[in-house]
Amino acid sequence: MADAPLIELAGISRVYGEGEIAVRALDNIDLTVEAGDFIAIMGPSGSGKSTAMNVIGCLDSPTSGHYRFNGIEVAGLSQDQRALLRRHYLGFVFQGYNLLPRTSALHNVELPLIYKGLGRAERRAAAADALRKVGLEDRAHHDPSALSGGQQQRVAIARALVGNPQVILADEPTGNLDTKTSVEIMEVLEGLNENEGLTIVMVTHETDMAQYARRLIWMVDGRIERDERKRKAA
Amino acid sequence: MLWETVRLAIQAIFRNALRSFLTVLGIVIGVAAVIAMVTVGQGSTEQVTADVEKLGANVLMVLPGQDPMEGGPVGTADPMFTVRDNDMLENQLASVGLSAPISQSRARVVFGNENRRTDVVGTDNRYFEAARWTLARGRFFDPAEVQSGKPVCVLGETVRRDLFGYADPVGETVRIRALSCEIVGLLQSKGASTFGADQDDFVIMPIKTFHRRIAGNSDVSTLFVSVREDASTERAKEEIEILMREIRRIGRGEEDDFSVMDMKQLATMLSGITDILTGLLSAVAAVSLVVGGIGIMNIMLVSVTERTREIGIRLAIGAQARQVLLQFLVEAIILSLIGGLIGIALGLGLAILGTNWLSIPFTPDPGIVLLAFGFSALVGIVFGFFPARRAARLDPIEALRHE
Ligand SMILES: Nc1ncnc2c1ncn2[C@@H]1O[C@H](COP(=O)(O)OP(=O)(O)O)[C@@H](O)[C@H]1O
Ligand SMILES: [Mg+2]
Repeated sequence: MADAPLIELAGISRVYGEGEIAVRALDNIDLTVEAGDFIAIMGPSGSGKSTAMNVIGCLDSPTSGHYRFNGIEVAGLSQDQRALLRRHYLGFVFQGYNLLPRTSALHNVELPLIYKGLGRAERRAAAADALRKVGLEDRAHHDPSALSGGQQQRVAIARALVGNPQVILADEPTGNLDTKTSVEIMEVLEGLNENEGLTIVMVTHETDMAQYARRLIWMVDGRIERDERKRKAA
Repeated sequence: MLWETVRLAIQAIFRNALRSFLTVLGIVIGVAAVIAMVTVGQGSTEQVTADVEKLGANVLMVLPGQDPMEGGPVGTADPMFTVRDNDMLENQLASVGLSAPISQSRARVVFGNENRRTDVVGTDNRYFEAARWTLARGRFFDPAEVQSGKPVCVLGETVRRDLFGYADPVGETVRIRALSCEIVGLLQSKGASTFGADQDDFVIMPIKTFHRRIAGNSDVSTLFVSVREDASTERAKEEIEILMREIRRIGRGEEDDFSVMDMKQLATMLSGITDILTGLLSAVAAVSLVVGGIGIMNIMLVSVTERTREIGIRLAIGAQARQVLLQFLVEAIILSLIGGLIGIALGLGLAILGTNWLSIPFTPDPGIVLLAFGFSALVGIVFGFFPARRAARLDPIEALRHE
């Protein structure tokens, strides 16, 4: 299993509804992601990008096909087992940040470690460290409401990486941000990919942001239209 | 993990302190009501028992007329007793220790410019002994005074206070109707009985004095009997009934025209009434606990809806369904335990006020406090489970999309 790719989708379909009204959000997708890669998924709205992310993130189960994560067949896992996969190997960044309100940045970042069973002191240290990596150590005790959009998204990234995941899944992480802030966020992600060796799978509809990835996948109607490895922009 | 969950729950509760308080109000009221009622009820039961002990549990009262508690008419037409009846009872019955004849009447007692309407009682020293009266000052009657019916009397504390303030009444003379009566003794106060009657509001004189100078006849209205320590009250009752039927010439098959009242039975019956009352009121209070539980369920359901996105986040970062369930369940339990604790404090406070006001002992029962605490935990579990399960069954993707 040591040589198995990190993520391997084979013939994955995800169908919503049945019969006449059935929507094939994913239509027989094959995709392999190697550890350490930085992937951008692009495509028009409704092309199945988020559905793909949910399947990869073990939040959703495909209707058919095989999904192997680190060689483990995810389709056969129970809800609780998939929760464990998310807990130990995956980190999520959402378009809408999804931080707990009235909860300090530090506590938000600590949250995944509670479920990992870490002690309080250990959690504090790890959370502070993660906040430092995203350049927010001086905002640790601020509530989300006291932070700008870009800062909130950086807290979310810190929360995604605090548990030492293998993959960070980011669904339109810059969708709510202006260009300048988006660039800052992309630089954070790029740094994590280059310095920490974190695998990143990101959905975006902005070509500029996709430039930060090493590999670009273009989806249309639930299928992969293009898949190109690209030279990184400076 | 569990401790973490508890901490988390407490945080969530205090993040919304006002709403949390309103949520647990039902539990607070329910628990407080149960604790207060039971504690006050127990206090009054204890008071009844104490009163009986003070009086002497082995005391019987023989009254003319059928037992009023058995529903018979209070027989004013039935003949009274005589001092001779009383002495026969005392002398002929093995189980009777003492028997005191009692006659009484309402009359005004006058001293100088002060006066008070009170019970004027004719009896003898046997009554003091049987009813366990002790002296605060002076002496009881001497045999010569009883024998010849001298105008002497012993005062109850209430009469003393009214007529003499805090001065020593012994040696003074009061007027009762046409009788000038020398005070020879003052009784130690017994205070109010459980049922509020002032036991110290009377004046006592030798029964012969009473018959001649106050009543104008020689009727005895009550025989106050003290049963020997080695005899049972039931046995004494039987003996008295047989002898009294004989004395009063009641034929076979005819009903008694007198009754023998057992103070212990009376007390048990009276404390039985308090017990029933306590039980009833506690049942009402228990209903309000259930209502309080429904209140908690309601708020927890609202809370689950409000925090759908939070639940989605937790599931996404790796929480398992049962951990989410536990989180909400623990929150509901802690919420109702907080309510229970406030309720216990409030209930004990009310019980202190209540027992104080009724001047009965405050004897909190740790058992009932524990029970109330356990019950509020149970309310939390029962009414917290449904909302918690709803939270745990949420689909993470749906929950994350929730606005
Ligand atoms: N829960 C759902 N129920 C029914 N259809 C859905 C659901 N989620 C997504 N879809 C459909 O699946 C398709 C892909 O959606 P999505 O993956 O969200 O697209 P994208 O993220 O690329 O905009 C769309 O047609 C969408 O309407
Ligand atoms: Mg999408």
